[in-house]
Amino acid sequence: MIEIVEKREIREVSNEARVEFAAVSDNEAFARMAVAAFIMPLNPTLEELSDVKTAVSEAVTNAVIHGYENRCDRNDKVSMTCRLRGDELEVEISDRGVGIGDVEAAMTPMYTTRPELERSGMGFAFMEAFMDELEVRSEPGRGTSVRMCRKIGMTPWIAGEE
Amino acid sequence: MEDYKVINDYLMIRLPEEIDHHESLTISARADRYIMSGRVENIVFDFERTTFMDSSGVGIILGRYRKIACFGGKVYAVNADSRIRRILLMSGLEGIVEIMEPKKKCGEVKQ
Ligand SMILES: Nc1ncnc2c1ncn2[C@@H]1O[C@H](COP(=O)(O)OP(=O)(O)OP(=O)(O)O)[C@@H](O)[C@H]1O
Ligand SMILES: [Mg+2]
Repeated sequence: MIEIVEKREIREVSNEARVEFAAVSDNEAFARMAVAAFIMPLNPTLEELSDVKTAVSEAVTNAVIHGYENRCDRNDKVSMTCRLRGDELEVEISDRGVGIGDVEAAMTPMYTTRPELERSGMGFAFMEAFMDELEVRSEPGRGTSVRMCRKIGMTPWIAGEE
Repeated sequence: MEDYKVINDYLMIRLPEEIDHHESLTISARADRYIMSGRVENIVFDFERTTFMDSSGVGIILGRYRKIACFGGKVYAVNADSRIRRILLMSGLEGIVEIMEPKKKCGEVKQ
C-alpha cells in the first residue's frame, strides 16, 4: 500500500454527507452538483466552487474510467464523503476497482495508461493545483481512495491570471 | 447541446455548458464524423457557453488535433474564460491550440 501525504490538520467535523452512486459517466455531473450543494452554506466564491467541482470531476472520472475500467456497470459503486471542518472542506472519493500499482508515477503530469481513450494524464495535476491538499491511497486489486481538502470562503482574491 | 457548422474548411463547434468525460464522448464522435467527411481542415472550439471543463476537454482538443494536424490543419479556441485558458495552458496546449483573446471574463458576476 502506497500513501502520499502532503499535510494534515485535525479539527472537529461540523457537517458530513456521504453519497454512493453507480460508476457510470452520467454521475460525474451528479457528484459535482452534490459537492457544490454541500459547500453552498459557506458562501464559496465562483473560483472556489469551480476549483472544487473540477477536482471532484477528475476523481470521479478516474474511478469510472480507470478504477472500473470504463465498463459502465451499474453494480460498480463510487462513494463520495464530504466533511466540513470549520471553513475547510474535505472530500473523499473511493472506488473498489483495480487500484494503482505505482501512485507516484500515476500522479506525474501527463502520465496516462489510457491514451486510446483520449485521456491526457492531467487529472491528478488538476486535483493538486485546485485543492489545498491531496492524498491518494491505493491498493492493486482493492481500489483507490482520493482525499482532498480545500479552505472555502477565505481565498484572497488574486489579481490577473496565469 | 453542442452545435456544429462548417464554414469553408473550418469546423466550428459551439461547446456545451459543461465539458466532462460524459459529454466528451458525443462531442468527439460528432466532430470526427465531420473530419472523416473530408470537408474539414481546421477546427474552431467555441467556449462562449462553457462554464465548466475538466481534463476531458483537453482530451477532446488533443484528439481532434492529432486527426487534422497531419493534413496541415489548425485548432483554435475562442471565447474561453480565464479558467478554461488556465486549464489549456497547464496542459501544455499552448503550442497546439491557438487561443484567441477572450470576450467574456470569468467571475464577471461578482457575489
Ligand atoms: N481510481 C483509479 N483507479 C485506478 N487507476 C487510476 C485511478 N485514478 C487514476 N488512475 C491511474 O492514474 C493515471 C493518471 O490519472 P490522471 O487522472 O492524472 O490522468 P488520466 O485519467 O489518465 O487522464 P485525464 O485525467 O487527463 O483524462 C491513470 O491513467 C490511471 O492509470
Ligand atoms: Mg483522469
